[in-house]
Amino acid sequence: MALNGHLLTFLIFFPAAGALALLWLRGDDEVWIRRFALVVSLVEFVASLLMVRAVTIGANGYSLEEFSRWISAPAINYHLGVDGISLFLVILTTFLTSICVLASWKGVHHRIKEFHVMLLLLEVGVVGVFLSLDMFLFFLFWEIMLIPMAFLIGIWGHDRRIYAAIKFILYTMAGSILMLVGIIWLYNATGTFDLPTIQLMLHNGQIVLSERTEVILFLAFFIAFAIKVPLFPLHTWLPDAHVEAPTAGSIILAGVLLKMGTYGMIRFCLPLFPEASRRAAPYVAALAIIGIIYGALVALVQPNLKKLVAYSSVSHLGFVVLGIFAFREISMQGAVYQMLAHGISTGGLFLLVGMLHDRTHTFEISEYGGLCVPMPRLAAFFLFVALSSMGLPMLNGFVGEFLILLGTYQAHWHWAAWAATGVILSACYLLWSYQRVFFGAVTHEKNRELKDTSARENSMLWALAVVILWMGIGSPFFTRRFAAPCKTVIEQMNPNLMHEAGLPRISVPHNGQQAMDATERLASR
Amino acid sequence: MENLNQIMLRNVFHVLPELVWCGFGVLLMLLQPFLKSRQSLTFVAMIGAAAGTLSTFFTLLGSGFSGLITFDTFSLFFHWLVGLVAFLVILGSDSYLERENLDAAEFYALILFATVGMGVLASAQELLTAFIGLEMSSIASYILAGYRRDSIKASESAVKYFLLGSFATAFFLYGIALVYGVTGSTNLMALADASPNSTLLRLGLTLILVGLGFKVAAAPFQIWTPDVYEGAPTPVTALLSAGPKAATFALLLRIFSTIHAATDFWFWVFWILAVLTMFVGNLGAIVQNNVKRMLAYSSIAHAGYTLVAFAAVTFVRTDPDAVAPAYAAILFFLASYALVSVGTFTVVSEIGGQGERYLTYDDYAGLGTRQPFAAAALSLFLLSLLGLPITAGFFGKLYIFTAAIKSNLIWLAVLMAINSVIGAYYYFRLIVVMYMREYKGTLPADASKGLSATAAMVVTVAALITLYLGLLPNHILGIVLSQPLMLSAR
Repeated sequence: MALNGHLLTFLIFFPAAGALALLWLRGDDEVWIRRFALVVSLVEFVASLLMVRAVTIGANGYSLEEFSRWISAPAINYHLGVDGISLFLVILTTFLTSICVLASWKGVHHRIKEFHVMLLLLEVGVVGVFLSLDMFLFFLFWEIMLIPMAFLIGIWGHDRRIYAAIKFILYTMAGSILMLVGIIWLYNATGTFDLPTIQLMLHNGQIVLSERTEVILFLAFFIAFAIKVPLFPLHTWLPDAHVEAPTAGSIILAGVLLKMGTYGMIRFCLPLFPEASRRAAPYVAALAIIGIIYGALVALVQPNLKKLVAYSSVSHLGFVVLGIFAFREISMQGAVYQMLAHGISTGGLFLLVGMLHDRTHTFEISEYGGLCVPMPRLAAFFLFVALSSMGLPMLNGFVGEFLILLGTYQAHWHWAAWAATGVILSACYLLWSYQRVFFGAVTHEKNRELKDTSARENSMLWALAVVILWMGIGSPFFTRRFAAPCKTVIEQMNPNLMHEAGLPRISVPHNGQQAMDATERLASR
Repeated sequence: MENLNQIMLRNVFHVLPELVWCGFGVLLMLLQPFLKSRQSLTFVAMIGAAAGTLSTFFTLLGSGFSGLITFDTFSLFFHWLVGLVAFLVILGSDSYLERENLDAAEFYALILFATVGMGVLASAQELLTAFIGLEMSSIASYILAGYRRDSIKASESAVKYFLLGSFATAFFLYGIALVYGVTGSTNLMALADASPNSTLLRLGLTLILVGLGFKVAAAPFQIWTPDVYEGAPTPVTALLSAGPKAATFALLLRIFSTIHAATDFWFWVFWILAVLTMFVGNLGAIVQNNVKRMLAYSSIAHAGYTLVAFAAVTFVRTDPDAVAPAYAAILFFLASYALVSVGTFTVVSEIGGQGERYLTYDDYAGLGTRQPFAAAALSLFLLSLLGLPITAGFFGKLYIFTAAIKSNLIWLAVLMAINSVIGAYYYFRLIVVMYMREYKGTLPADASKGLSATAAMVVTVAALITLYLGLLPNHILGIVLSQPLMLSAR
């Protein structure tokens, strides 16, 4: 490969380089700033597609690993790697970032340069989170991503943007600082931040966490992730952040940022603290089910279309968490699939809602009505994306929800029964709101003159529609690639099955010094 | 056998930096009638600060003046720190003195004298020497705090600082007397041999802690901080928050690392002090509307974080492996805070405008568009104070977290985490104001002038160091850890 094995580094830092280069452009050179940002994000997208070939189907462990020492005390390493789960999340990120640049072509009018710089820096943080195999590095990117997101909400958002930005920062900080304490605690017990090494040490029984410690550490990580997801009682930042954020901010927030939480659960909570995860599972599942139903019910009565989509995220992400904590291979695959599908569908919904706002300057459903008369194309796309979001077979949402419900049913049929009501409710709120927005006679005369989608908007919507259809029909392309890692996670939950799990078998003797050797061996790879 | 002259000469080489700083202080006062231009005075003062700092290369390591002074790697570190702080403060106050039309020579001389005091504090091996150092730095600071004579706030600040400071010094002195009563000596070595369970010794040390706690602004001895920080000329506030604080913590560390088996009692003292200080600082900062006052409370909060590491030190004193990182955490944290603080206050000083009129949050509205460089730098410093990655403050906090968790002080770590989140609110609020709010009303004429060249230099240096420590904390940490502390008692 041309990048000489540094593809992941390139993926993380190329947007940063792009952002730096953007700073040199003149601030009033609007068109070129947009074009430049678009090129950067497209190059990033294409580069991320190169990873697909590198990830071997059915293989365990990580591909394209990069390792170098960074800080000696405490031992922080620059360790990157990609597996089937993170692969598509990274591609989702780069894809949606390109969409975001296009989506803000007409929607963002002031401080355009700063806007794109923030967007690209956000991409750096998110891609970094998904590719880090060093817990410390993970935390670093997790924190770095906060600032550009808060700026996107706070500067380019709507009326109550500052409130929403601060709320977003405080919620996330509260979780992540506790996670930092947990990370350091784990470091203190193991002597390394390296995720694969720690997993190995835990499963070889080299480190035994006491029951209490495991529960506390689990909570330290889980709460941080649950805030991000957001799981039911911690979700209150989300509607504010979504409603106030500019369209691009909402797309990235719903499409990718929420997945950082569920990704963290799969990557950290389950493999590192299996016993605590098992003990927490009933409670987590209960919260997830409450989230599914509650989110759907609140969405049902929302007069504000953007808030409706935001609450539908709470509901859909509840499915993902349920799928993860059902501890079945199928449901885990469903959870990963639902993460991707939700990213595309909800990203698409936010994009469409943003287009409506560009034209009408309102999110109130009562201000719309009969919009398919002036805008048939937009209405058609909206229906398509809404159907995918509610899980119509042949479209992307169906695969994830079906797998999750199937796996959950195998584990606990009553969980699945409760969760299934969410599927029905999602059809209710999406179809009902669709009817009020697009069907019937035009209720406001001023809406009669609205323009239908432009070529730029069409290009984005077609791209999304193709992906939605592809994910609905060609799902094996995706599931084949993350089936093995999902299986590994489930097997890691059960130490007896370790040999079949096929973790890289580095025999690590029993003391801290040897842990370093394991790390060293990784370094020399 | 050495004769007396040789011994004297050797002793002098143990306090070389102090002598250089002192000499340049006196020189500045002598030069004042001859050098009319402020810039040349600034230049001389900067050379003085730099020369004193660099003279550490020629300073003899070891103990001098019959054990009154010990120049070890520990004090070397703090000499570098206070020297660098003095250098940056002098450079940063050049435009301030011009704007406020204040005399430069005495101002710089006092800064250098205060620096001498801090140097003495860092290498004091004996309590009376420490007292002299403390007084030297304090008295110079009292005068500096009231340097803007025609401002009521500055005078209030100076009087308050002086009265309360003298009171605290009296506590310190009384503590020394009690310690002397127990051990028959004021040398710190003698403390090491004293019975740690003696009530009188504990009382004496507690009084010393009260005196020093005042200087570092630890709750409940922090009442003076917001008023003094607000009233003092901003470059002086920069000095106060960086130099004396670090040097006093150095002395505190030296004292409390010498007491044997200090354990439980001191551990709980530091635990309570730390928690109290963190909460007072952070909760106080939330309600402030004046940036200088907010930063004063933030300075209190940072004293609290440092005390967390002290609690860790006193907890693990028996285990040398665990002690070294805790010491390193304190040194790194103090250094990162000091440099970030100097940068922050330099920006605040420049934004303040003539007579320091623009200090409220509202005055910072729209700064992001008016003065992009100042706003960006200030944001970086605030993020470092907040403790976000790739800044110095992040690793500072990380090391303290690590030290606390290594000592099994999970609760303390969690309380510190909670405080960090509270801190996020008010630091981020200022960033929000700068970038997300428009200025209300008419802008003052000088509002978008930008930083003066000298201040810009200080800010750039501070920002670069902040990023450098945030990306590669290894180097400085290597220095700190290489010889953790040549504290003579161990």
